[in-house]
Amino acid sequence: MSTATATTSPESLPDNTNDDPNRRPALVLGGLDATAVTEEVCRVNEYKTPMGWYIGFGISVSILGMLGLMIAYLFYNGVGVWGLNSPVGWAWDITNFVFWVGIGHAGTLISAILFLFRQNWRTSINRFAEAMTIFAVICAALFPGIHVGRWWLAPLWMAPYPNQMAIWPQFRSPLLWDVFAVSTYATVSLLFWYMGMIPDLATLRDRAKARWQQVLYGALSLGWRGSGRQWSVYEKAYLLLAGLATPLVVSVHSVVSFDFATSVVPGWHTTIFPPYFVAGAIFSGFAMVVSLMVPAREWFGLKHLITMRHLENMNKVILATGCMVGYAYSIEFFIAWYGGNPYERFAFINRAFGPYWWAYWTMVSCNVLTPQLFWFKKIRTSIPAMFIISIFVNIGMWFERFVIIVTSLSRDFVPSSWGYFSPTFVDICIFIGSFGLFMTLFLLFCRFLPIIAMSEVKNVLHHDAPRGGKGHGHDEHGGHEKKDDQSQSPNTVSTAHA
Amino acid sequence: MHDAVMTNHTAAKAPTLYGVVAEYDTEQKLLEASRQVRDAGYTRWDTHTPYPVHGLDEAMGNPQPVLPFVVFGAGLTGTLVALGLQTFTNAIDYQFVVSGKPLVSLPANIPIVFELTVLFSALTAFGGMLAFNGLPMLYHPLFNLPRFARATADRFFIAIEAADPKYDVKNTRKLLSATNPSALEDCYDPQDGKIPFAFYVPGVIAACFALIPPAIVYKMRNTRSPDPKIHLVLDMDFQNKYKAQSSSAFFADGKTSRPQVGGTVARGQLHDANEHLHTGKIDGKWATTFPFEVTEERMKRGQERFGIYCAACHGYSGKGDGMVARRADQLMADKKESDWVAPTNLNNESVAKQTHGELYNTATHGIRNMAGYASQISDEDRWNIILYVRALQRSNNAREKDVPPEELAKLTAQEFTITNGPGLHQRPEATPAAAPAK
Repeated sequence: MSTATATTSPESLPDNTNDDPNRRPALVLGGLDATAVTEEVCRVNEYKTPMGWYIGFGISVSILGMLGLMIAYLFYNGVGVWGLNSPVGWAWDITNFVFWVGIGHAGTLISAILFLFRQNWRTSINRFAEAMTIFAVICAALFPGIHVGRWWLAPLWMAPYPNQMAIWPQFRSPLLWDVFAVSTYATVSLLFWYMGMIPDLATLRDRAKARWQQVLYGALSLGWRGSGRQWSVYEKAYLLLAGLATPLVVSVHSVVSFDFATSVVPGWHTTIFPPYFVAGAIFSGFAMVVSLMVPAREWFGLKHLITMRHLENMNKVILATGCMVGYAYSIEFFIAWYGGNPYERFAFINRAFGPYWWAYWTMVSCNVLTPQLFWFKKIRTSIPAMFIISIFVNIGMWFERFVIIVTSLSRDFVPSSWGYFSPTFVDICIFIGSFGLFMTLFLLFCRFLPIIAMSEVKNVLHHDAPRGGKGHGHDEHGGHEKKDDQSQSPNTVSTAHA
Repeated sequence: MHDAVMTNHTAAKAPTLYGVVAEYDTEQKLLEASRQVRDAGYTRWDTHTPYPVHGLDEAMGNPQPVLPFVVFGAGLTGTLVALGLQTFTNAIDYQFVVSGKPLVSLPANIPIVFELTVLFSALTAFGGMLAFNGLPMLYHPLFNLPRFARATADRFFIAIEAADPKYDVKNTRKLLSATNPSALEDCYDPQDGKIPFAFYVPGVIAACFALIPPAIVYKMRNTRSPDPKIHLVLDMDFQNKYKAQSSSAFFADGKTSRPQVGGTVARGQLHDANEHLHTGKIDGKWATTFPFEVTEERMKRGQERFGIYCAACHGYSGKGDGMVARRADQLMADKKESDWVAPTNLNNESVAKQTHGELYNTATHGIRNMAGYASQISDEDRWNIILYVRALQRSNNAREKDVPPEELAKLTAQEFTITNGPGLHQRPEATPAAAPAK
């Protein structure tokens, strides 16, 4: 699947991970210019579909099919096929929902917040991360949709429309806020993703050879022709969307945390939940981006565009948010002791040393301990290490939601109603199936849509390029060899800098 | 899409001139050329670049987009819609008090207000971008130039339309060729800007199909059908079970309701043979005595039960002025006709002269609008209530001589309380001192 890169071999790529502000390292390596960026990125879509893609897609679709069967089985029988029962009325369905929504935070954070902060390194990874966001939110939306075993109830009861029951939804309920928050987030993320993709879809359209590609990309790109007047409005709209999406990133998981925090269940009723959930969401989202990007840049030969510096930056975010999550875990314990509420205190002692101790300590070791390895630059810039750690973080963040939801519910106020939750095979298959849905969408995206924001990368190539011939004290970069067959103008840029 | 256009090329008539197009290989050249075109006074022209070129707005003289103001208006609309929606649904149309919070509880409305503000703004930012840019526009004359395909990859273009008032075949080309373009050519529009005929056929077919749903709705709204409505989602509406009073093919008597099995007694229905206590009759005649010895304890119990079950309609003093009755009077005040039957004043002579047994029978089986209370109040408690009703009747029709002298002295000292009766929300404290019934 790995195709030889157009300009340089990966081994010769220079190190661009230094942090010296006087020698700002290049963001795009290998001496790519606008022509080469177009070639490199479009090649992913234009090459003959590799066998590996078919194999991966076949596996993903099979898992997706299993998800469909399991959901049909659930609808036919009702939620009794799941392991949840009194007192644990919320279990894997809500755990999976919060898990996927959390993952869906990285994309919009990268595309909106880093855009506002002018972090130019985002341009190589934002499209990829936004796609991941949208697919993760689709997986997340699945679970509230099916969690009562009757899909038609969730939309019909939550939507405010005049109905035959002559009632309206209760707007003071955080569950309703959640519906609005997640659906708004999904809509805005989708718009943001699609709008950013329009110029790149136009590039694919203009290069398309096959008839179906011309029709597909022609329709999707809406007739974009990169006119100066269009760009003027486009850039304003993109900035506005970034500004609008930024508070959304913070709000979505805050609202999700209200589902728990506004209840009176010990272990849920804590004011730290909103910031703690947001930090955890960014943490898990970045981990998922790293997990996906490491193999993708390898397979698609995109190492000049998604460089070690990009990966290292993401690992730094994982380290920072991992520390925040660890802080939140410890402060929860402190408040449980300091607050003097015996139920609260019991809930937390039970969490760490009760029947679910194994889940708690899996969470702590995956989320708090493993990311600490990223303090070492060697580990931060090691591909196998970061891949393994990112997988650990994904596992740990799933367990975090499981621990919060299930341990709190399983030990009720009345000891006679205590219980222990165990999943059934339907629980497990639906969770695995959601990965099938995610990977199916993701593989389709990698095959048919531009996976790197070409127009934005070209903009970054240009922005920091030496124009008047005078250097700006830039770092030495590799990959000077140029392709001869390209008619390059004398001042076509050879590197771009952060 | 070009290929499609090119194949139609031969069929079309003489192509019209769209304008002249110059290609540049660097953005610096494009910026310089743009300034010259702008300064030459052209209005109908545009640049085409693969990415937003810094400084191009100024070089082209583009105005500041008005989009932000439109988006601001949309955001404000979203705020107001969210506030209106929540106020109307939860405070006006379907009032529902939660934890004693006010019906319009702004703090709880903040999340929805925020979400709808962002949602309206974002949809407008996207829709506004398309609208201001004239998108989607799947065909454009420039797409006819094979060279133009690189406008989205790595080349920069300036296109000046022939429709520009300043356009001149010679001078415009001269202006552009002076800006050092890597190519310069005319662009023709073989389509004449018209929609190809091939689009009309599917268009008309789609329009015809679009009429079908409203036509079906119109027919359904205006006709009657004996068929039951279609249930897309059954949702346990139809269950495989027998309902009361329905027919059954299984049982010999054709009924789903089963009679009591002979020789059995249902729970709570096992009575002793005390006819007086259970039916209010003695030897088939209404009892004029109580089935137990009258005590103060029973009187207090009767008062308590009366307050729970009877006072809501009959009022604490039995005058028929309970909360339900008073509210009903309010509602009926401005109506000429009503089927409301006011609760009886228990102190009336018509009630007072009935036997204990008759009153007990009324409490058991109900009368007029009043339902029987046998299922809610036990037999003993119904008798206790009758006992208390007797006391009410005596105290409400009492004369001075009925009151013991020492009590009378107390009462005359509190005349104010007596003449005004019990307050609106206040239960009368005066317990008739064990008014002994016969």
